[in-house]
Amino acid sequence: MIFQPAIIALLLAAALCMTMMLAATPFAVQLIRHWDLRSGSERQLRLERLTYLFSMLMMLVCVLQVLSTLLFVFNAERMSIMFVGAMCAVGTLNANVYGFPALYAQLLLFFAATSWLALNRVDNGARNYPLIRAKYAFMLALLPLAALVLYLQFNFFVRLEPDVITSCCGSMFSEDADTIASELSALPPRQAMLVFYLGLASAIALAAWQGWGKPARTRWRATAVGLSSGLAFAAALTGLLAFVALYIYEHPHHHCPFCILKAEYHYRGYLLYIPLFAAAAAGLGAALVAQFGRRQGLEQLAAQHSAALARIAALGFTLFVLIATAMIASSRLILLD
Amino acid sequence: MLELNNIRKAFNQGRHNEHWALRGIDLEIPPARISVLKGPSGSGKSTLLSILGCLARPTEGRVRLDGEDISALPERFLTEIRRRRFGFIFQQFNLVRGLSAIDNIILPGIPDGQPRAKLLARGEQLLTELQLDHRRDAAVEWLSGGEQQRVAICRALLNDPTVLIADEPTANLDSKLAGEFLLILERLAQAGRTIILTSHDPLVIEADIVDQVFSLRDGRLTGVEIRHPAFRLTR
Amino acid sequence: MKTWIEKQRHLIDFTINSLARRKGKNLSLLAVYAVLVFVLASVALYTHALRSEAVRVLADSPEIILQRLIAGRHDLIPPDYIDNIGRIRGVQKMEGRLWGYYYDSVLKANYTLMVSPAHTLPPGEIIVGPALERMRGLDTGSGISFRAYSGKLETFIVSDVLDHASELVNADLILMNEADFRNFFNYPAGHYTDVALWVANPLEVRNIGRKLLDQLPDSRPILREEVLRTYASVFDWREGMMLALLSAAILAFGIFAWEKAAGLSAEEKREIGILKAIGWETGDVITMKFWEGLLISLLAFLLGYVAAYLHIFHAEAGLLQPVLQGWSVLYPSFALSPEIDPLQVATLFFFTVLPYTAATLVPIWRAATTDPDLVMRG
Repeated sequence: MIFQPAIIALLLAAALCMTMMLAATPFAVQLIRHWDLRSGSERQLRLERLTYLFSMLMMLVCVLQVLSTLLFVFNAERMSIMFVGAMCAVGTLNANVYGFPALYAQLLLFFAATSWLALNRVDNGARNYPLIRAKYAFMLALLPLAALVLYLQFNFFVRLEPDVITSCCGSMFSEDADTIASELSALPPRQAMLVFYLGLASAIALAAWQGWGKPARTRWRATAVGLSSGLAFAAALTGLLAFVALYIYEHPHHHCPFCILKAEYHYRGYLLYIPLFAAAAAGLGAALVAQFGRRQGLEQLAAQHSAALARIAALGFTLFVLIATAMIASSRLILLD
Repeated sequence: MLELNNIRKAFNQGRHNEHWALRGIDLEIPPARISVLKGPSGSGKSTLLSILGCLARPTEGRVRLDGEDISALPERFLTEIRRRRFGFIFQQFNLVRGLSAIDNIILPGIPDGQPRAKLLARGEQLLTELQLDHRRDAAVEWLSGGEQQRVAICRALLNDPTVLIADEPTANLDSKLAGEFLLILERLAQAGRTIILTSHDPLVIEADIVDQVFSLRDGRLTGVEIRHPAFRLTR
Repeated sequence: MKTWIEKQRHLIDFTINSLARRKGKNLSLLAVYAVLVFVLASVALYTHALRSEAVRVLADSPEIILQRLIAGRHDLIPPDYIDNIGRIRGVQKMEGRLWGYYYDSVLKANYTLMVSPAHTLPPGEIIVGPALERMRGLDTGSGISFRAYSGKLETFIVSDVLDHASELVNADLILMNEADFRNFFNYPAGHYTDVALWVANPLEVRNIGRKLLDQLPDSRPILREEVLRTYASVFDWREGMMLALLSAAILAFGIFAWEKAAGLSAEEKREIGILKAIGWETGDVITMKFWEGLLISLLAFLLGYVAAYLHIFHAEAGLLQPVLQGWSVLYPSFALSPEIDPLQVATLFFFTVLPYTAATLVPIWRAATTDPDLVMRG
């Protein structure tokens, strides 16, 4: 265990998330069981008031995930000095088996929270709150996820042992210390470029069709937007690892998705990640929202919101591709000849 | 236009001090008229007024506004209806202390995000109509009772509501000011606004401009008095 | 979108006005908040500056230092040792070093005596660190006597004072001639304290360390990167300990914020009731309260952070130095190089804004869900 402020902060944040979700659980169960909009009873009025608290709570969870994911990566970067062979955040996250799963779980919770917020927004637009039960059932499902985030982070940090000097001899020489893999494996650039541009282009096309085209009668188009957004997200990360990062670092072997967030590279990573994450979250939301288009009260709303979210997704992915391409074009590295 | 159907309202439901403030009210408020709810304190007239004004939802029963059932609307939508269609004048005027008259008046326009310039223009126009433009920037706690009430009326009219609700509006006014207030009400009713008051002030109940009086006792309607309907219909 | 922005502007306007109307309450909250940020930020800035100082200092030190151990204790390097090492590929330079400690009963402090290969000093002359200059009143040309291990009193002339900029490492340093050093400590001829090795390629350092260990099983190679790592974890640990101690303060602050947010005055409650009655939605009130919290947090953060910055970098961290710096009797007095670390700002944010937000969540919701018909009832 490394006793360090950023780690304490991260664990506290994860614990806070999980505690809030846990505290909300009995109320959410109550809401699912007793919700009856036709009634004007005091219990119903109380439940209605509770929905505001839950929205605030989920918003906080969402913001917390964004902030703590950033802090997590930042901190991993900083701690890489403490592990033999770790050159940057990737090395720290590889220091034990919990590192990357913890990061993935956080991202998953982030996307789940944004999806919830998208549903909540649509539902709040309909006078009969048609999704109220679905929404709170979904929220209950997030509790195990929040617990998983805490569990993985805790294990990751507890099992980190820095390679410091011990009294008898230098750490390295006491045993044949296993050196950490400091790079992620990546596709060869040519293939990766294909995956990257094809994946993103199809997501942009589908999202634009959903966003600006005529409203679809069926759900398949929205579903396709969601799927392609997920795939485009994966393709974007693949591309980042395989070639975009290389162009930014102007180094043919440094496959790191985190160093681009650093000051040395002028924080250019934020320019890429913000549109990418916004687009992916919006794309998933667009698909999810459209699934409820047949509920009474949502006939118009679901389509409208789905289209609006799809527009965000299309714009976000486009922005991401443009920025990434501009970064490649302005790089001095020659990867393909 | 406003219809109540078997309205019941309970407080502290399910507890030992459960109390039914309204026990089955049916009534209809006609448009562009002045209606008064009268009754002793504890008769449920304030509770009834808050249900009429969409401030509260009935425990049971139906409320219809222009034919649409609004009794099962969540607070989010009820508030929107209240903001756009109802204006309120409270007994204590309920102005926000520390803010100027004009800042108080534009408060109901904030949730709709109207531009400030537009809101100010509308507020100033209302102040002029009520001959209060010289007090535009005065902090409300420095205004007299009559002036405070007129600021409250301006605030109630900001979003151009069709219904105006006033709770014991003359309780804190002397006879002269109460008379002036009634004149203002008459003008508003003539302009087509529906006005609902609660009062036990004879000056109000017996005023010539009142069209209907509903009497309440123990949460039930005990009488409806409709005055000169023929005269009103021709107006 | 336009109306949304317009609405937020209105809400911010209203919030600023409402904060100004309750100066007493909000100023006390702001003060407590800013003090918390100040204390935490001071700890963070200070440890970070120390850490960077250590990194800077170590940047010029040799990549490997070889010590010899006897029964697990550090011992002198015998004369043939360095020759035995011979040539190792990749080692640019290898050098025996001489250094040791001397206890000065006048100051009740330890000095570090060292033979510096960089300065060739004539016999009888020394160069001293800034702390000695200050505390023993030394200056160029003045003389000072120490009792040598032979029992004789030896007098040295100060020929120079070391740079103040890196006082963290050289405060208690005395540099002298090799012959003087051996004479002073009765140091056996040909022996050295340790061996410094410079390696050009950082990737080779580890291999060279392993080779040294193979050749000389009784030696202990210490790598610079390991020292850096150890420093980093020691400083982190201290900062973490400090934070753990301060966690009570953070908790107290959370409770304080909760109280402040929950203990709405009758006037405030009335105000929210009025707003809701005239058509503000619960969400509008929550948004307003959100802006309120954001404004207070930003202001407190800014105030506390700027104050901490001034405290650490312009007031020499007067309040923290004894706690965090270390055990040395000769406190180096040095101005740290100002440095702001985004990671620390982010961490600080987690320790201050987060507790505030979490603590005020429920009270804000309670206040915002006031029944709109309350103003009718009372």
